[in-house]
Parts: sequence; structure tokens; C-alpha cells
Amino acid sequence: MSEQQHITLPEGSIERQTQTLNLGPTHPATHGVFQNILEIDGERIVSSESTVGYIHRAFEKIAERRPYYQITPLTDRLNYCSSPINNMGWHITVEKLLGIKTPKRVDYLRVIIMELARITDHLICNGVVGVDSGAFSGFLYLMKYRELAYEIYEEICGSRLTTNIGRVGGFERNFTPAAFEKIERFLKEYPAALKEFETLMNRNRIFMERTQGVGPISAERAINYGFTGPNLRAAGVDYDVRVAHPYSSYEDFDFNIPVGTTGDCYDRFLVRNGEMWESLSIIRQAMDKLKDLPSDVYHADVPAYYLPEKSAVYTKMEALIYHFKIIMGESDILPGELYNAVEGGNGELGFYLISDGGRSPYRLHFRRPCFIYYQAYAELIKGAMLSDAVICMSSLNLIAGELDA
Amino acid sequence: MSLTNDYIKQRLAEKFGESISQVEESFGMLSFAAPKDLNLKVMQFLYDDEELQFRFLTDLTAVHYPNRTGEELAVVYHLYNFREKVRLRFKVYTSIEDTRVFTATRLFESANWMERETYDFFGVNFVGHPNLKRILNVDEMTYFPMRKEFPLEDQTRTDKDDEMFGRGGHIGI
Repeated sequence: MSEQQHITLPEGSIERQTQTLNLGPTHPATHGVFQNILEIDGERIVSSESTVGYIHRAFEKIAERRPYYQITPLTDRLNYCSSPINNMGWHITVEKLLGIKTPKRVDYLRVIIMELARITDHLICNGVVGVDSGAFSGFLYLMKYRELAYEIYEEICGSRLTTNIGRVGGFERNFTPAAFEKIERFLKEYPAALKEFETLMNRNRIFMERTQGVGPISAERAINYGFTGPNLRAAGVDYDVRVAHPYSSYEDFDFNIPVGTTGDCYDRFLVRNGEMWESLSIIRQAMDKLKDLPSDVYHADVPAYYLPEKSAVYTKMEALIYHFKIIMGESDILPGELYNAVEGGNGELGFYLISDGGRSPYRLHFRRPCFIYYQAYAELIKGAMLSDAVICMSSLNLIAGELDA
Repeated sequence: MSLTNDYIKQRLAEKFGESISQVEESFGMLSFAAPKDLNLKVMQFLYDDEELQFRFLTDLTAVHYPNRTGEELAVVYHLYNFREKVRLRFKVYTSIEDTRVFTATRLFESANWMERETYDFFGVNFVGHPNLKRILNVDEMTYFPMRKEFPLEDQTRTDKDDEMFGRGGHIGI
């Protein structure tokens, strides 16, 4: 057409070439409470802006008024798909501050739970990537095993989603034989389901075309954007806190770090799948290592910081004294400043803790991987189709709890 | 050659001399403070130097110390070197009246939201930031809630007094 015909139209009609679409805050495709304001030209995204903060709960402020053991339930609610990792990251941070050395058996038990949490985190993410690209059944195959994993948590700590598992120094109780049985069952049954899931997705033409080349990021940009975890590894950087700065005896285990090349949704999917296999292998190794260790050790011997068993509090003088001291904040917490990180489900989960010797932290800052890499989302989806933006979001594994803290 | 904290200290001392202060190593991590107008120069030096290569901004936040007159707010940067697996912490102090600090967004894209968060909670004014507005709190908020003058608990409660937390009986320490 040589010349555009001029017609006077009411405002907000087709005069405007692009239109605004609100993806969220409560949209089924966002899988969480956050908003993306997309400027779209037909199906193509011209620009976007992300708004977060809908479930901000001021955990950092609350933590300044909570004794250390009461901060554990706050960490649950960061990345609630893998809360045991957050709990243990916090315990490990406090132990580092206090100079507590945990026995090997505690480390291995923690590794089992943390890797189980990593599997539950990744299976949700990958399942949802499948759902968003139109394959619902894979999600259901895997979901069954998240249930089993939650039963394992339940057996160990009594709760399922927000676990509040363990204490500073170890676990609140020993693992029951039923817990070990369930872990064995998980190790036996989950690989078959994961294999089935991979057969369904990995070389599926439709799935590959929906995810390959969608939301790619180069290693350099990913580093600049502060990516960590599976999303960074999908871009080809083999950075994993478990290997770079081992904690909880990860150095005793033999495992690979899967890496991708292009950093697109497909690579992120494959990296997460690969990590689930590695996690299974780590749990297997940990279970084998446990056989050589005394079976009654489940916490470090630090009575000044580790809450004694309730029955002992009622019957033993020492336990009563320590219980009182810990609850009333009489235990000395040393002043200090440290940054400690663990490999969370989404990347480097860091705790920047400043203690001034008081009963609660002077300042506690959570380095939340989601919050940092979500800012790249606008760049990842620029010029992409609307439906690709949805897959891209789920493959980044954005968890609203971790975004907002 | 592996990168040691002593070597980093030496390089920093060569480059910036007396400006680098409060050098300490706690829990194996090198930590130091720099004047606030040098923050970008220090980061750029750590980024560009062929041996140091601190090219990853792990974390950026602030801490409020109400009793340090003239340097109430500390902006804390955690940098990381992927190749040598070395972490480093550095701080710049700023007074609460004039909270201007240069932005790190030119160097690190990741600083964008982290600086917005720091602004949101502490009121640090990052000069040159492309979009410095509140991120987690509501836009209408007029104060900076993570500062120590805003106590969390209901003021009528005595069971949450500072003395119950092993500190003096007044707000802030």
C-alpha cells in the first residue's frame, strides 16, 4: 500500500500498532504472583517490564528480631519447592559462624535430604515446562514421586512443604527405619519414571521445536546478569557451589555437573534432567556411606546451641539448663560477619549474616538466585512469541517466594 | 598461580594506597572498605585486571549502623572470581544525609534490581541508575523500612525489647 489512509478513530483503537498485555499477577501461566507488562505487536513481544513484590513478607526485617532457631521457618518460604535446602543452608551458615563441626553422618543425612529437595524442585520445573508446551502427562508421572519425597520429609520432620527440617547442629531426631525404607523405594522407583519422562520429552519433535532457541542467553550475558545454578550451567558455565566451595562433605561424593551450550529453554530442561540423575547417584552414594557409620549419631555434640530432646529436658538437669539458656538467648553467639552459600534448586542461595553478639542477627540478607536472574527475563523474551515467553518463564523456574523474600 | 588474599591485598594497596581501609579476613574471605567515590574505580580495577578478574557480582546490599556518625549506611558488594573460585567483600560507607553512591549497573546488569532493592529498603541513592524506583515495597511508601529506626514489633510489647535479645534496652545499638 503506497499511502496510509487517514481515518479518525476513537482513542485506544487500531491507531496504536502495539497493545499492552498484563501477564499476571494472577495468571495461570506465571505459576506465582508476579506481573509482566508486555507490549505486543500481534503475537510478538516488543518490550516488557516485570513487576515483583506482590508477596513480599519482609523476612530480612523479621529476622532481625528472631533468635537463630526461629529463622529456619522463614527460610522455608523462600524457594518453597526445595525448602530443605534453604533450611540446611541456614543451619550451615550459623554453624560456620559458631565454628560447629558436624559429624560425617549428619553431613551425609543432610546431603540425602538436600538432593531429594533438588529432585523435587527440578521435577516440578521440568514438568511445568512440559505442561506449558502442551504435554501434561509427563508432569503427572513425576508428580507422583514428589508425593513420595514429601512423605520422606514427613517421616523425618513431620511436615511436607515448608519443612523446617533439622536444627543448628544436626537433626531434631534420628531417621527412622521407615524413612530409610522410603528413600530406598524412591531410589528404586523414581529412575523408571524419570526415564519414561525423558523418553516422552527429550527427543520429542514438538517439544524440541517449542523449546530449542527459545529464550537463549550467552555465557557472558548470563554471568553479567548474575545467573547461577542450572540456568547458568545451561549457558555453558560449570559453576556449582557444591563443587567450587564444598559444604556438608560434598567433596566426598563423585558426581558430574551437566552443562549446556546455548542457554535456551531446551538446554535448561536437559541440564535439570541431568542433575536429577546426578542427585539420584549422590543419594545412592550417601546411603552406602551411611552403612559404615554409627547409626545413632544425628547431631553435633554442641549442647550450648543444639536444643536438647524434650524428654531429656523434663528429666535431666543439664538438658534443662541448656534448653533454658538457648530459649532465653543466654548462649553466646559470637560477633562476626560472613557470607555463606549453598547450591539451591535455582542457584547460589547465599546468606550474608552479621552478628553483633546479640541473640538475633544484626543484619541478615538472603541472596536469592531467582530475584537476580529474573531481571534478564525482559531481554530473553524480547522479539519472541507470546507463547514462547510462557515457556521461557517456566524454564527459568521462577518461584515467587524467592523473588520477594 | 592461585589467587591468594594476600596477593589481592598487595595489588589493591599498590593501586589505591591508603584509600583502602578496614582490610580483614574473616572466615577466609577478604573484606575491605573503600571511599564511596572510588567504588566504581575499585570494581573496574578488580574486573579488568588480568589476574584478579572479579567479574561476577554475587550480591549487593546495605547495612545500617545508626551510631556511626557520617557513615551510617554501608553498601556491601560481594564479588566473585569464577576462574580461581575466590570471593571478596567490599564496602563503601555513606552518610545518611547524602546517600549518593555511584551505580554499578554499567559494569554488571545484575546490579540493576539489587540496587533498586537496596534503595527500596535503605534509601541509598545510586547515581546514574537507569530506573531507580521501589521494587518490593509499594510505590507510595515514604520511608526506608530496613533502617534501624523502624522497629518491627508493636511498641507496647515489652517481651520484644532489645534487652530480651541480649542488647541494651533501647532501639538500635
